[in-house]
Amino acid sequence: MGFSVLKHARVVISLVFFLLMTFLFIDFTNTFSAKLIQGILYLQFVPSLVYFLKIASLATAGFIFILLFTFLFGRVYCSSICPLGTFQDIVIWLKRKLGRTKRFKKQRDFPWIKYGMLALTAGFLAFGLISPLLLLDPYSNYGRIAANLFRPVYLLLNNLGTNGLESMDIYTLYRVEPGVTHWLSVAFSLSVFILVGWLAIRYGRLFCNTLCPVGTLLGLVSRFSIFRISLDKALCTSCGSCSAVCKAGCIDVEEKEVDFSRCVGCFNCLTSCPSSGVLYSHKRKNTEGIVEEFDPFRRNLIAGGVLTIAALSPLTLSAQGWHGQGRGRGPKKIIREFPVSPPGSSGHEHFQSSCTACHLCVSACPTHVIKPSLLEYGLAGFMQPRLDYHANYCNFDCVICTEVCPTGALRPLNIDEKHVLQLGKVVFVKRNCIVHTEGTDCGACSEHCPTKAVNMRPYKGKLFLPVVNPDICVGCGACEYACPTDPKSIYVEGNPTHLTADKPIIEALEQPDTDEDFPF
Amino acid sequence: MPGRGHRKEITIVAFRLTKRDMNINTGHKNILRQKYRILQTVSRDLPEMRFYRTFILFSKTYFMKRRDFIFKGLGAGVLAGSSLTLGGFSRLMGNPSAPQDGDYDLVAVKGTDPPAMFDEGINSLGGMSKFVKPGQSVVIKPNIGWDAVPERAANTNPELIGRIVKRCYEAGAKSVSVFDNTCDEWKKCYANSGIEEEVTKAGGSIVPGNSESYYRDVDVPEGKSLTETKVHSLILDSDVFINVPVLKNHSSAKLTIAMKNLMGVVWDRRWWHQNDLHQCIADYTTFRKPDLNIIDAYRVMKRNGPRGVSVEDVITLDSLIISADIVAADAAATKIFGLEPEDIPYIAIADEMGIGSMDLSSLNINRIKMG
Repeated sequence: MGFSVLKHARVVISLVFFLLMTFLFIDFTNTFSAKLIQGILYLQFVPSLVYFLKIASLATAGFIFILLFTFLFGRVYCSSICPLGTFQDIVIWLKRKLGRTKRFKKQRDFPWIKYGMLALTAGFLAFGLISPLLLLDPYSNYGRIAANLFRPVYLLLNNLGTNGLESMDIYTLYRVEPGVTHWLSVAFSLSVFILVGWLAIRYGRLFCNTLCPVGTLLGLVSRFSIFRISLDKALCTSCGSCSAVCKAGCIDVEEKEVDFSRCVGCFNCLTSCPSSGVLYSHKRKNTEGIVEEFDPFRRNLIAGGVLTIAALSPLTLSAQGWHGQGRGRGPKKIIREFPVSPPGSSGHEHFQSSCTACHLCVSACPTHVIKPSLLEYGLAGFMQPRLDYHANYCNFDCVICTEVCPTGALRPLNIDEKHVLQLGKVVFVKRNCIVHTEGTDCGACSEHCPTKAVNMRPYKGKLFLPVVNPDICVGCGACEYACPTDPKSIYVEGNPTHLTADKPIIEALEQPDTDEDFPF
Repeated sequence: MPGRGHRKEITIVAFRLTKRDMNINTGHKNILRQKYRILQTVSRDLPEMRFYRTFILFSKTYFMKRRDFIFKGLGAGVLAGSSLTLGGFSRLMGNPSAPQDGDYDLVAVKGTDPPAMFDEGINSLGGMSKFVKPGQSVVIKPNIGWDAVPERAANTNPELIGRIVKRCYEAGAKSVSVFDNTCDEWKKCYANSGIEEEVTKAGGSIVPGNSESYYRDVDVPEGKSLTETKVHSLILDSDVFINVPVLKNHSSAKLTIAMKNLMGVVWDRRWWHQNDLHQCIADYTTFRKPDLNIIDAYRVMKRNGPRGVSVEDVITLDSLIISADIVAADAAATKIFGLEPEDIPYIAIADEMGIGSMDLSSLNINRIKMG
C-alpha cells in the first residue's frame, strides 16, 4: 500500500518546516535572506490571512492554498506545516521513546469551546482587534516559545562553544548577550509550552481541536473534503488499533465512524489496521449511507458571537493616557506617553491590528532593540513588540525587521525611506543632564545621533549642553540608549503615527590645500 | 615574607572602590579615594607589599576568570595574571614615554596613500621590528565605532590597518589581533568599515569586543577620577599594543584621536561620561599606554563627529602621525585639524599629569612629505 509513504512524507515535510522555523526564531546572525524567510512562512495560515485582509495579493495568499488543500485532503496542514502541531507530535514521540506507551482514547468533541474560540477570534478580527488571535494563533505561539525559551538555550550553547574555541584563539564564533525580555512574555510562552505539552502527553492533539482557531476553521472545511479517512464497515473488526494511534481521538471504532473535522491528517491510522479497514479515499466511497445528524455548528456560532460582543469592552482598556509632568528639584522621571513601534509599522493603529506577536522581528533584530511590550500598547497589545531604548537603539541603516514580518504588521521599507522615517521625537530633560547637574562635559547623546538632531551648544564656561531639533529626529533612540544618567536626560517620545523627518541641512565644507607644510 | 602586622593593611589595599561606592555621594567618595591613595603610596615603598598586591590582583583575576582558567590551563593563567600585574607596575615605576637617544619622538607624513605613508613613517623610526619582536603577540586597536563605509571617515582607514597587520607579521609577531568595543552593532561595524576584510586578508584575527565577559577588572592607581575600570583581556594579555585611531571631530570630547580611542578598550564608557569625561580619558592613559600610536588623518571628519551624518562632513588632510608618546601624537593631530592642543581639555590634563608632552617644540620630529 502507498499509505506508509503518505505517513513518511508527512513526517519529513513536518520536520523540514519545523526545523527551518525553529532556526528562524533562534538564529542571531540573520543567516537567511528576507526572501527565503518569506518563502518558509508563506503557508503559515494566520500570518497570511492577517496580511491578506489588509493587502490581498498572491504574495499574501498562502492561506488560500491551505484552504484548498484542506478541501482536497483534509487538515494535513495541522500535521505538516503548523509548527505547534509538529511540536506536539514531537512531545508525543518523545513520550513513546521514553517508554510511556499509552493508547490514545477516543476524545469527545467540545463544540462550545472550539466554535466559541473561533467565533471570538473572528468577531474581534471583524472589529480590527487581533488580541484573541494573538493569544491563540499556533504559529505565533510556537514563535514565542522558540524565541523566549529555546533561543536562550541556543545562545548559552553558542557562548559555551565560543569559550572553548577562544581558549584555542579561534574567533569564528562570538558571544551574544540575550538581553532582557520582559518576564511576563517569557512566562506566557512558558505557560503555553507547559499547557500544550501537557495536553499532548495526556490527550494527544486536544489543543488543536479545542483552543486552536485555525484547527477549528480547517475542521469546518474538512467536513467537505474530497479525500477523507473512513472505516470500511465490512473489513473493520472494531479492534481499536487505529484509534489507539489517533492523536486527535476522532475515531469511534464501536460505531465505525471517523469525525474527519477533528482529524489532523497525521496518517498514523492508515498503516495501523491489521485488516486494511482504514481507508483514505474519495468521499463516502465504500461506506454505508450517512445518517445526517443534528449539527450544532450553527447554534454554536451564534452563541460564540454573543460571547464575543460581551467580551469586547474590557479588552480595549488602555494603560495609556497618563503623562508624567511636574517641576521641582531632583531628577525627573521619564514617562513616555506612547511607546515606539518598530519601523515599517506606520503607526500604532495599523500595527496593533496586524501584529500577532510572533517575535520573529524580536529574534531578527541585530541590535536586539525590539522587545515584547507589556502594557505599553494597552492590554490588547500585550506582547506586541516595541523598541526598548534601554536595551539598545535602532540601527540607522537597517531594515531587517520590516523585511521578515510575515503578517504585514511591518511593511518592507527601503533604506532611503528608513533614513527619513520618524518613529518618535527626541525630548531633552535638562534637569537630569550631567552637564547641568555635575558641571562636566558629556555629550554621549550627540555622539550617537545619526542626523545630529541632538547637537552640542556652548553652555556655562567651557561646557557644552545638548540642544535638540525634533524636526530632523528619526526617533532611533541612540541618544536615549547612550545617555548615562538614571533616569535618562534624553528620550524618544513615540509617534502614534509614524511621520517623515526633515533631512538634515548639509552645507559644503571647504577643502583645505593639502600641499601646505605641517603646522608644527 | 612580611609578618602578621601587614595583614590588616593588605586587606584594606585589597578593598576596591566599587562603582556603587562611587555613586553614594561626593563626600564619601573623597574619603574612600584618600584612603586608597595613602595606602597605595605606603604599599609602593614596601617591596613585600608589592608582592602582596601582585598576589591580590592575581587572585582577583583568577576568581574573575575561573572559567577561562579551566580552558586555558592553570599555567597560562598564572602567566597572564602575573604579567598583567608586574607589567602594570613596571610601567608605573618607570618613565615609559622616554624616547631612545637619537631617535625621533614623532613622525608626521603627508602623502596620498595611507599604507605607503605608514611604511615611510615606520621606516624612519627604525622599522616595525623595533616595536614588535619575534614571537610576540600584538593587539591593534583601530576606531571601528560606527556602521559606516570608509569614505565617511568614521572609522580608521581599512587599508592602513591591513598594512600594519602585515608589517607586524613580517617583524615576526606570533599573533596579531584586532578589535574595538563599537558603538553601533559590532558585526555591521566590522564588516562595513572594511576593516574585517583587510585584517583577514593580512592574516590577522578580528576579535569581538561586544560582550562584558571579554573584559576584566583592573585598578588605575594613578587615576584621579577613574580608579578602576574593565579592560578587554587582549589589551591585558598581549605583548605589544598598537593604537590606530582616526582623527575626527567629536561632540563630547571636541576631538577624538589617540587617547580618546582608548575608550574603545574598556567596557563601561557610561561611567566615564558620568564622572568627568576629560579627566577619565587622561586617567585611563596612566594604566596602559599603547606602545605605538598611529593616527590616521588622511580622510578627516571635520564636523558632526564622531558618527558623522554624510560624506559631506569629510575633508582630506592627507596626513599620518606615528609616535610612542600618546600626548604628543594627539597634540600634533590637533594642530593638523586646525585647533590648539590646550583647547582640548583631556590633552591639557594629560600633559599636566606628565603622561606625555603636548609641547611639540621640545620634541624631535621627522616631517616627511611624499611626492
